[in-house]
Amino acid sequence: MAVTDMNAAGLRRDERLERLRLFGLASPALLLVLVILVIPVGWLFYVSFIGADGSFSLENYERMIKRKSYARIFWTTFQVSLLTTGLCVLIGYPLAYFMSQLPRKLANLCMITVLLPFWTSLLVRTYAWLVLLQKNGLVNNWAISLGLWDEPLKLVHNLNGTLIGMVHIMLPFLILPTYGAMTAIDRDYLKAASNLGASPRRAFWTVFLPLSTPGLFAGALMVFILCLGFFVTPAVLGGGKVILVSMKIVSNIELFVNWGAASALGVVLMVLTVTVLWVASRFLNLDRMTGGGH
Amino acid sequence: MVSWLRSPASETQITHGQRLWLYIFAIVTMILLVLPTLIVIPMSFSDSQYLEFPPETWSLRWYEHYFASEEWMQATRTSFKAAFFTMLVATPIGVLAAYGLHASKVPFIRASFVLLITPMMVPVVLIAIGAFYAYVKLQILYTMLGLVLAHSLLAIPLVVIVTGSALKGFDTNLESAARSLGAPRWKAFLTVTLPQIRFAVVTSALLAFLTSFDEVVIAMFVSGGDNPTLTRNMFNALRDQIDPTIASISTLMIVVTTLMMALAQIFGQQHKP
Repeated sequence: MAVTDMNAAGLRRDERLERLRLFGLASPALLLVLVILVIPVGWLFYVSFIGADGSFSLENYERMIKRKSYARIFWTTFQVSLLTTGLCVLIGYPLAYFMSQLPRKLANLCMITVLLPFWTSLLVRTYAWLVLLQKNGLVNNWAISLGLWDEPLKLVHNLNGTLIGMVHIMLPFLILPTYGAMTAIDRDYLKAASNLGASPRRAFWTVFLPLSTPGLFAGALMVFILCLGFFVTPAVLGGGKVILVSMKIVSNIELFVNWGAASALGVVLMVLTVTVLWVASRFLNLDRMTGGGH
Repeated sequence: MVSWLRSPASETQITHGQRLWLYIFAIVTMILLVLPTLIVIPMSFSDSQYLEFPPETWSLRWYEHYFASEEWMQATRTSFKAAFFTMLVATPIGVLAAYGLHASKVPFIRASFVLLITPMMVPVVLIAIGAFYAYVKLQILYTMLGLVLAHSLLAIPLVVIVTGSALKGFDTNLESAARSLGAPRWKAFLTVTLPQIRFAVVTSALLAFLTSFDEVVIAMFVSGGDNPTLTRNMFNALRDQIDPTIASISTLMIVVTTLMMALAQIFGQQHKP
């Protein structure tokens, strides 16, 4: 009796050890995240509470509240992110729906048009839009020769260019999870809806759309979060007229070497991002965003 | 044609004609997704200082300019080196982490998984300035090591997610069988599990490569001195002027990306279970 007890305890201990050893396999990756991300960001958090004289102070946060320019930057960031997300939904959902209705082979072919830009370097795509949208660029030239407008329009180095570029870059992030959710929908539900007398439109709005929303929400959330911290495309296509939080952080460091101000902006940006994620996680299953977590 | 328009398009008996707007909208959107990037390719072969389409006279002068410039060549070498090392660092430690989290059943798995994918959620600007600060302290600013570590950090979430979801679709009984027949765990992993998930591992490796190769913001802060990356130089050039050399570099980058993706596809086709 006593021997079996000891064995059981021994086995349990062995199993615990084995589990820990297995978990240890994750330690190099966890260590990297800790050293390059958690500790430095923790330090930024600390620095954001240090004033110009080197003592504890809230001046970096006070500046954000008092100066109108900071409020405007946050407002612009929010607006641009929301507009980009909205446009991505309006353009991406119908495209994903279109692809979900095609036979699988044809859909895979169409999927290439989503994956190709997804894989292409962000910088290359931003450059392409810069070239296309400039004053003597292709878009203006074609539009004028087609008689759409007479004078070259200012399409880049402003909000227009920023939005066009951002929507183009973010679309795949919306389409991929939306399309995934759509292909998982059992078509028999739609058959049942029309058998019960629903018009095609009604079947779409009451059956298909609700079943596809988890994918759509996950995609939209991903786009919104990425837009909040987006730097490259708005920096190039905005031409200094559309200033987002991330750009202000960079200029605070590159031009003014003001770590306190940059850190405080970074902390607020991160708190905003985490809040959006946290609120969203209460309403939907975020595992979709990461392709199914553990 | 008319009969096709009147024929039902889906289970709800909506006709193709009623859906015509959707077809047109989708085709236009797909063209707009692909064309802007591809149009850079013919433009890069233009002889003109101004990027025109279609080019009036063709030439390779922008490619010559790129290949003749020691600065661009140096940056290209740095980018390829960084991407290659990032692949070598991020893939094994990411796969190990995914396997460890998958097989171990300790209570803090969920928290560890979240921690491993945070680099995807934290705004990259923040990671960049944090790394910049840390590297000053560690004295690895503007070194290849620093760049590779930061890029690996960005690549790890992708490796963990891709490999992790492949592991979930893998029948763990196969590994248990190998172990009950006497194989140690590492041997069971290498000879039974790894071959089953190799497609995911290769995909992860390519993703890690591309993550580093395309990365701009972190490179802006932690690559520099003698080691700026291609994207860092491109970004700086974009802020100043529209240099047609960038069109030729862009074309080459599109070729590199497309080749890698084609490789992944071919590999995936061959090894479909």
